[in-house]
Amino acid sequence: MTSATAPARGRAPARDVAGLGVGRALGFVAPAMLLIGAFLIFPALWTIYIGITNYRLTGVEAVSPSMVGLSNYTKALNDALFHNALWLTLLFVLGSAIIGQNILGFTLAWVLRRARPVVRRTVEAFTLLAWILPSTVVAYLWVAFYDRDGGTLNGILGTPGTAWLIDYPMACLVVFNTWRGTAFSMMLYSSALQAVPPSQLESARMVGASGWQTLRDIVFPHIRGHVLTNTLLISLWTANDFSPFLLTKGGPNHESETVPVYIYNVALQGGELGYSSAISFLLLIANLLVSLVYLRLLRRRS
Amino acid sequence: MAGIDIEGLATVYPNGVRAVDGLDLHVADGEFFALLGPSGCGKTTLLRTIAGLEPASEGTVRIDAADVTRTEPGKRGVAMVFQDYALFPHMSVSENITYPLKVRRVAAATRADVASRTAGELSLDGLLERKPGQLSGGQQQRVALARAIASEGKVLLLDEPLSNLDARLRLEARTFLKKLQRDLGITTVFVTHDQAEALALADRIAVMDSGKLRQLGSPREVFARPANTFVANFIGSTPMNLLPGKVTADGAVTVAGGSLPASTSSTPADAEVTVGIRPEYLTLSTGDVTGPALRGEVVVAENLGTQSLVSVDCAGTLIGVTVPEETEPTPGTPVVLTAPASRVLLYTQDTGELLTFADSTARARS
Repeated sequence: MTSATAPARGRAPARDVAGLGVGRALGFVAPAMLLIGAFLIFPALWTIYIGITNYRLTGVEAVSPSMVGLSNYTKALNDALFHNALWLTLLFVLGSAIIGQNILGFTLAWVLRRARPVVRRTVEAFTLLAWILPSTVVAYLWVAFYDRDGGTLNGILGTPGTAWLIDYPMACLVVFNTWRGTAFSMMLYSSALQAVPPSQLESARMVGASGWQTLRDIVFPHIRGHVLTNTLLISLWTANDFSPFLLTKGGPNHESETVPVYIYNVALQGGELGYSSAISFLLLIANLLVSLVYLRLLRRRS
Repeated sequence: MAGIDIEGLATVYPNGVRAVDGLDLHVADGEFFALLGPSGCGKTTLLRTIAGLEPASEGTVRIDAADVTRTEPGKRGVAMVFQDYALFPHMSVSENITYPLKVRRVAAATRADVASRTAGELSLDGLLERKPGQLSGGQQQRVALARAIASEGKVLLLDEPLSNLDARLRLEARTFLKKLQRDLGITTVFVTHDQAEALALADRIAVMDSGKLRQLGSPREVFARPANTFVANFIGSTPMNLLPGKVTADGAVTVAGGSLPASTSSTPADAEVTVGIRPEYLTLSTGDVTGPALRGEVVVAENLGTQSLVSVDCAGTLIGVTVPEETEPTPGTPVVLTAPASRVLLYTQDTGELLTFADSTARARS
């Protein structure tokens, strides 16, 4: 009876973890890959391609665009409006994400940690509501809030007739986006704070450490990785956020035109699809660079 | 000088549980004091209330004669070692030890001095630059002790100091801890659920149950004369025999079909009592004896190392008795059990309070 111990004939057993075999595994993955290819990879490559053409929304170049090499990129480097957009994006990310959402989110998480469950759930629910509402709804609410005639803010401050969105557009956007995105930081920090052993906080209390000393010496070293991850995510989201357009359309006079808004204005108001694609690609490169820096920082920690 | 005085102390949780329920306690200066009880008895809550980590609902806590009931934990002059040691993983051993000084903004040079001196006292030399994660359990515990000592508190509180160590290390650490406490002479209160640990370490033990004090005394008193059946059950590595009995007129109790001598002066004849006798205090013999005794037959013998726990069936009741090694009778042997009257304890059947030594019962209540 040698056949009992002989290896089975036919195909060798699959060596992958699920035991599917390469062919069937690929079959399962294919639909997802097709969707990603059609709606993510192709448009990205298409953007890079039209970035080196003079493709326009209307006119001769809309029908037969021609290759212009890197001239769109050299144009961007000398475009004062693009520089302005970069600067405003930096302000927007710094003010509303790195400072606003980060600090407000952490403060809420830190304070709510000891609050009564009823209070905590209520505050969390309202904060989350700001995050999950559709941008259009939120934008409408904030336009009403900032409005010159009968706006809520003017009502509260007793400053009728102040046109907040025109006089202080960037400040308005920073406040708006801080309000809008704080929920994510709050949730992330809430769960990060649970990882700090209570006995370590109590040890700090026993030796008389102040609130600030406890945060600096005990809490922060524990959640450093979370802070970096959170800052990376909210920075990228904020840099690519299009909702400023819904409040100010980039105006007045480009004063609140962040890069995504500028891309939109160049493409659809100016009709310069080729140029706007080149700027989109530059924004992508900037995102990649920021991610690399954060990843480097994360790795240095471990 | 730094004694602890607790008066009428109660700690009530928001859900209404009275974890500590009207407690009076005095811990003398330099004393090594144990809070002992089953889990949920309130011993840890009491320790945390002394530390200030739980607010006292009623009563007062005084340390070194100063009322600290409403004082912040950091200002009470109390150092605490947590069950999990609570070492800061991102700080070196040296930074951990001197963290209390860093908080008080002591100069770095002084801190380095304190670190090396304290590390020396606790046999941590050469480990100062390591991170807690690179230390063994015993070393971590010593770092936690070093940090507590470096904070120069008047009182040291230890929450289950030995429970995170494995069995062998625990004995070593126990000896170390007792010697350290003697050398420092610092008033120390520790919490444990392990009666052997409390008996071995403490100068005095407070046995707690349901937030109340059940007995307060030296390890010898608590072991030999439990004030009630709760303590009798809880203390001792072999459980105390607690049997229903009846006092007779001639200074004895009838129990389990036989009788045992007892000091019955404070008990009326014919009173129904619970008779308590430790297996260690019973004598087993195979010959005949005169005087009150229990007669029965050996059921099983369990080897405990240097002695064996023999279960004897006396008129249907199993009674435990310890005998030295290699003298265990084989099962089925008829045997006689005797005990000196001073070791036979009588408890009331309803409340379980000790009758024989009325004075020590009164003391436990005070």
